[in-house]
Amino acid sequence: MSKLTYAEALREAMAEEMERDKSVFIMGEDVGVFGGCFGVTGDLVERFGEDRVRDTPITETAIVGSAVGAAMTGSRPIAEIMFAGFLGVPMDEIFNQAAKMCYMTGGQAKVPMVLRAPNGAGIGAAAQHSERTEAWFVHVPGLKVVYPSTPADAKGLLKSAVRDDNPVIFFEHKILYNHKGEVPDDKDFTIPLGKADVKREGKDLTVVATGILVTYALEAAEKLAEEGIEIEVIDPRTLVPFDKETVLDSVEKTGKLIIASEETKRGSFTSEVSAVVAKEGLFLLEQPIKRICAPDAPVPFSSALEKVYIPGPEKIISAVKEMV
Amino acid sequence: MKESKDKMIQMLEDMMVIREFESTVQKHFAEGEIPGFVHLYLGEEAVAVGACNALEEKDYITSTHRGHGHLLARGGDVNKMMAEIFGKATGYNKGKGGSMHIADVSLGILGANGIVGAGLPIAAGSGITSQILDTGAVTLCFFGDGASNRGTFHEAINLASIWNLPVVFVCENNMYAISMPQYRSDGRKGQNIKDVSDRAVAYGISGVTVDGNDVMAVNEAVTEAVKKARNGGGPSLVECKTYRHRGHFEGDPTVYRSDEELEEWKKKDPISRFKNLLKDQELLDDAEYDELKEKVEARIKEAVDFSQNSPDPDPSEVTTDVYYGEGV
Ligand SMILES: Cc1ncc(C[n+]2csc(CCOP(=O)(O)OP(=O)(O)O)c2C)c(N)n1
Ligand SMILES: [Mg+2]
Repeated sequence: MSKLTYAEALREAMAEEMERDKSVFIMGEDVGVFGGCFGVTGDLVERFGEDRVRDTPITETAIVGSAVGAAMTGSRPIAEIMFAGFLGVPMDEIFNQAAKMCYMTGGQAKVPMVLRAPNGAGIGAAAQHSERTEAWFVHVPGLKVVYPSTPADAKGLLKSAVRDDNPVIFFEHKILYNHKGEVPDDKDFTIPLGKADVKREGKDLTVVATGILVTYALEAAEKLAEEGIEIEVIDPRTLVPFDKETVLDSVEKTGKLIIASEETKRGSFTSEVSAVVAKEGLFLLEQPIKRICAPDAPVPFSSALEKVYIPGPEKIISAVKEMV
Repeated sequence: MKESKDKMIQMLEDMMVIREFESTVQKHFAEGEIPGFVHLYLGEEAVAVGACNALEEKDYITSTHRGHGHLLARGGDVNKMMAEIFGKATGYNKGKGGSMHIADVSLGILGANGIVGAGLPIAAGSGITSQILDTGAVTLCFFGDGASNRGTFHEAINLASIWNLPVVFVCENNMYAISMPQYRSDGRKGQNIKDVSDRAVAYGISGVTVDGNDVMAVNEAVTEAVKKARNGGGPSLVECKTYRHRGHFEGDPTVYRSDEELEEWKKKDPISRFKNLLKDQELLDDAEYDELKEKVEARIKEAVDFSQNSPDPDPSEVTTDVYYGEGV
């Protein structure tokens, strides 16, 4: 075990996969000497050279489109899109090309690529640089969608994503980059896609949370525990495929469910989880499901507004108290 | 001559306002009073000032993430601008936009954009309105060298060309897109041509490259392009070669460029150059310059006071303005 930040864990995952498999390479804007806008690729260009850590011009369409072409011909690209809010630019390359290639060719073609993108608000970056876009991709058949909340998960899931034979949209949260945690050193350490993790056990209420909301839910759990309320916190870790069994098992135990994400609420990942549980776990529920999300508005710039906008631990605490 | 003297002094003052405004933002950002990212325009003042002074009131511009200079050159209110950057309720965008998105729509500013290259098609669309409504307005589109590698650059200029749209595309080539050099003979580069304006020929429009640190050169080239556009001559591409004195954003350690390179460019500083030119031509003396400087400093200081004394936006503002007008 080593104590690493989330960003370092991601970097180690990429380094290990590049050492293991020479078909793995990185491309994106400012991923080379600059080390990535959030410092994730760091010194990888020094370790692997400019051929395998490729700085691109500002050309998202070509970054993702060429990743598709590279992936179809034997490479395993890891492409970085600087902010998740820029994923709209190469959208055709993602949803018509990467996602559908296997299906349209009747299973002949594979597109093993990873698209990494920093998600989320909280740094005063305003509307276009604070997007949370996971739901757009959850909607698209053919894509896998991953969203780790801890350094160890970041490493294990990124390694699995690189090894997967399908296109994976890999979300990272900007605020989590500096979070530290114990990370296994074992080069074969991976976490399977499609396996949720119970981050904290509890008997009174289930909170399913993604990304930074896992952190907020765990903070809320600490405070609630002081008052004798034990919440169970589940991190799906991969949104597609989604591990519904772990969630249903928990709801069977607690009878109460809150789904929390930093997304705007309408049509979010939380809507999907609600629908699944309402259908398959209706009679396990003692009361209606609650969802905690951001309001249906773009992210405001002013710190005074952004603070109100982000669904923080206090919102989880008060929602839990209304239900138990 | 009198008219041209007044215009030249005005352009000097406009550049000085940008310089003072940006240096002040730099200072308050360092002190932690400003959230988010700020991309300063220091060193590039001649481009915005030369270009905007070629426009009429009814004209439009599209701005970028590095947009403070564009808005100031277009006559933006420094109080409302500074307050926006501070995230205050009295800012141009009520604190919702911040540094990357400040805009005064009443001045014909079609948004300052955080998405690199997004302004080019928007400018083309504004050109369509000029044709449809026969307004005689010209749209000036600011974008960077980095933006010229996006598909939007190619698609928008092609569209403007085939439809003969009254748009002037002004490329602010400051030699870098974050860490990526626009051109270098070897090594990493954004493109394999020295001049972005070379691309004009591929779309059948005129393209020129000018010294972007020479406000008169910028003004002359853009004035000609605006005249052509207004007279039905279609779009042009004007590339202005310049350099940013600061990092890409505040906090950028600029590992990708040398101190010597920066020093070379500082010798070509657009403001001291223009000031010296005016002095040589005896259009300005030291006392007049000092007076101008004091006036500019007082104006920006007042903007800071105004911002610091302004209230934060009310929390209820989070969900207003999602749709134009009232309700959903
Ligand atoms: C579509 C898109 N891709 C990437 C970015 C991140 N980004 C912001 S500014 C910038 C560099 C822009 O370079 P240039 O167009 O030359 O303008 P400059 O910053 O030099 O003024 C980049 C890559 C973005 N905002 N939008
Ligand atoms: Mg540039």
